[in-house]
Amino acid sequence: MDFERILVTVAGELFAPTTAAYALAAIGLNIHFGLTGLLNFGQAGFMLLGAYGFAISTIAGWPIWAALLVAVACSTVFALILGIPTLKLRGDYLAIVTIAAAEIVRIVGRSTALTNVTGASSGLRGDSYKQTFHALSPFGEGSTTIGPFTYSNSFSNSWWLRVVAWVVVALACLLVWRLMRSPWGRVLKGIREDEDAVRSLGKNVYAYKMQALILGGVIGSLAGILYVLPRAVQPDSMGRPMTFWVWTILLLGGAATVFGPVLGAMLFWSVLMLIRVVGRAVIPSSVMSTAQIEQFGWIIVGVTLMLLVIFRPQGILGDKKELAINVR
Amino acid sequence: MPPAAIPRRRPTASRTATRRRSGLTGVLLALGALVVLLAPPAAAEATSCSPTPTTACLSGTIRTADGDPAVGVELSITGPEETSAVTGEDGRWFAEVSAAGAYEVAVDEETLPAGETLRDPAANPRTVTVTLGSSAGTLFPLGEPSAPSAPPAGGSPDAPAPPGDGEVGLEPGLDAPTQGSTGGSAITWGRVAQQATAGIIFGTLLALASVGLSLIFGTTGLSNFAHAEMVTLGGLAAYVFVQIVGVPLLPAVLLAVLVGALAGWVQDAGMWKPLRKRRVGLTQQLIVTIGLAITVQYVFQFFFGGGSLRIVRANPTTIPLGPVFITTQSLIGLVVGLLVLGAVAYFLVGTRTGRATRAVSDNPALAAASGIAVDRIIRLVWTIGGALAALGGVFLGLYFNATSWNMGATILLLMFAAVTLGGLGTAFGALVGSLVIGLVVELSNLVIPSDMRYAGALVILILVLLLRPQGILGRAERIG
Repeated sequence: MDFERILVTVAGELFAPTTAAYALAAIGLNIHFGLTGLLNFGQAGFMLLGAYGFAISTIAGWPIWAALLVAVACSTVFALILGIPTLKLRGDYLAIVTIAAAEIVRIVGRSTALTNVTGASSGLRGDSYKQTFHALSPFGEGSTTIGPFTYSNSFSNSWWLRVVAWVVVALACLLVWRLMRSPWGRVLKGIREDEDAVRSLGKNVYAYKMQALILGGVIGSLAGILYVLPRAVQPDSMGRPMTFWVWTILLLGGAATVFGPVLGAMLFWSVLMLIRVVGRAVIPSSVMSTAQIEQFGWIIVGVTLMLLVIFRPQGILGDKKELAINVR
Repeated sequence: MPPAAIPRRRPTASRTATRRRSGLTGVLLALGALVVLLAPPAAAEATSCSPTPTTACLSGTIRTADGDPAVGVELSITGPEETSAVTGEDGRWFAEVSAAGAYEVAVDEETLPAGETLRDPAANPRTVTVTLGSSAGTLFPLGEPSAPSAPPAGGSPDAPAPPGDGEVGLEPGLDAPTQGSTGGSAITWGRVAQQATAGIIFGTLLALASVGLSLIFGTTGLSNFAHAEMVTLGGLAAYVFVQIVGVPLLPAVLLAVLVGALAGWVQDAGMWKPLRKRRVGLTQQLIVTIGLAITVQYVFQFFFGGGSLRIVRANPTTIPLGPVFITTQSLIGLVVGLLVLGAVAYFLVGTRTGRATRAVSDNPALAAASGIAVDRIIRLVWTIGGALAALGGVFLGLYFNATSWNMGATILLLMFAAVTLGGLGTAFGALVGSLVIGLVVELSNLVIPSDMRYAGALVILILVLLLRPQGILGRAERIG
């Protein structure tokens, strides 16, 4: 067993762009669930819309700022469509509607009828939309080795993407930290604790919930862009499982905390990678094939999610008094 | 390698199987497009490749012109390193390299399945640029060389690589046309009748699967996202009993229903009742059902692989019924489904226990106060719900002509749409809602592409919540 390689692989996951993308998606979900108590089970839909909006408008020749605006606009409209019918209903209706809406986005995106726009189920190829991002890189061509990690400077799964992704995550953390201490954030927390009490203070609960849904969704769509920049836009890899991983990450790190999503994402992906590489090195393929080791990893994730919710719903960093997950 | 490499097992010599085999010619055309993957479970030698900082992957999927996986195609990869790859049972191939650079990927055309040619022979061999730590996908579409639609030029480091985790395989019912649904574009009365029939059958089977979901919600308030896994369990249990144990179909159905009932009972006894006792909140329980769904799905995939499994190997026979054609399996499913649903309705209306169930649904506290053993009723509802879901799963597996690890998950949201439409928590609402959703799904085939037809049903779900959130048969007071 090659310990050094295993360690390097696992440590690489800690700051991989995918980890950053999931952390950012969980930060968005934290605004929905941790701050406001909204049960959004369609975060992958926001991410997929962001990815499509960015990729398709870039392929159409738009500059990167316009493509980003398109992604933000897509997720804003999506949040409005979801929020208008459901934010007045009980929490689990929002859960069913968001999960259904995310599936609608995926099913329409993978439909062969839209092959010209979305590339159907095989998706959009990475190098058709990442040149604008690549061109902004100040790092030049070639690849750089820092410690045991070697990545290309600017292209695809690069140092440039890592820097941008984690700067975005840091900014999002800062935003959540400020929001949690702002009057606006306190109203959101009030809604989470007792909607009727906040309403009786004359606050427009519906509008506050809508603002939270839009803000978290926009952050989700940015996460979707980060997620597809080192790979391709593939609707089937951004389906319901992705939403569930984001939830697991949020609940693992701790909802309603600033750094919970980041810690959750780092733990989630590095432990999953640890299970895979150690499994491949230790378990003979006659006992478990490589595919089965992957599935074993996901089984562990499912069991972890169940145990977390039952025994430690506040996660690693959370405060049990702060967060009472419940339908009111 | 000839396509005979796919292990095509003869059906077991049961009476049902021999009877079905006699008349299979009529439906071959309708079913020709369905993917038939006869891999024995767990024995499939799954290879995969995930790039690490020091390695990179070359991969791709080769499918025949009809969309079936092309098994045993050999590829050679030359460049900074030399290696080779062979496509597996699912048509996928992988190669791991540890040096970046330009590689030349060549398909050995001799090894293509008989009668298959590369759609673009000029693109073979093809040069692929590989970066360490990433996957390079390379697609070699098969088909007529003169096909007008140019294939996407592969060969970039970022071309869609096959999705890594658990997304293998088609989604039954979404990607493959279901039995009895017809292609074509013109809307004729014949097609409408055919689709409506398919819709009624699908709706009945959906009702079987979702009655339990609605009853469980009614009695416990839990939105059970893991209900679909009991549907899958039914389909997979029938597959195991018929194909591995060798039981004839009918007893296998009964055994699968027993397995489903047992799963429901065990779930409530081992998990949900303790959670209710701990006073774990409903939202927490909802997230627990999601964790359970993830766990069970990947357990299924662990043991059965990602491909589709056919419960019955012989192709079903069709019988003309007035202007429409219907397969014997669907007809049996429809009749059994209607009988069972009738029995459930009688149970709920006509028996003492059924009335107690509805009382718990209405107001658990009041029911308990009037001497109803609420926990026993809930246990019963879980057991019945599990049994019905498994029965629905078996017939859905026959209806889709294949079952797989994610069969239930694919229709989970249709089930939620059905019970929400009918009114969450009301058993009869689930029946009405399922029939409407079944009809919408199959009839929407007439106007929108068939791979989008589930989206139509989900749009209805959202519209219902917008306009009448309590559903058709629900009462307005429960929401809000």
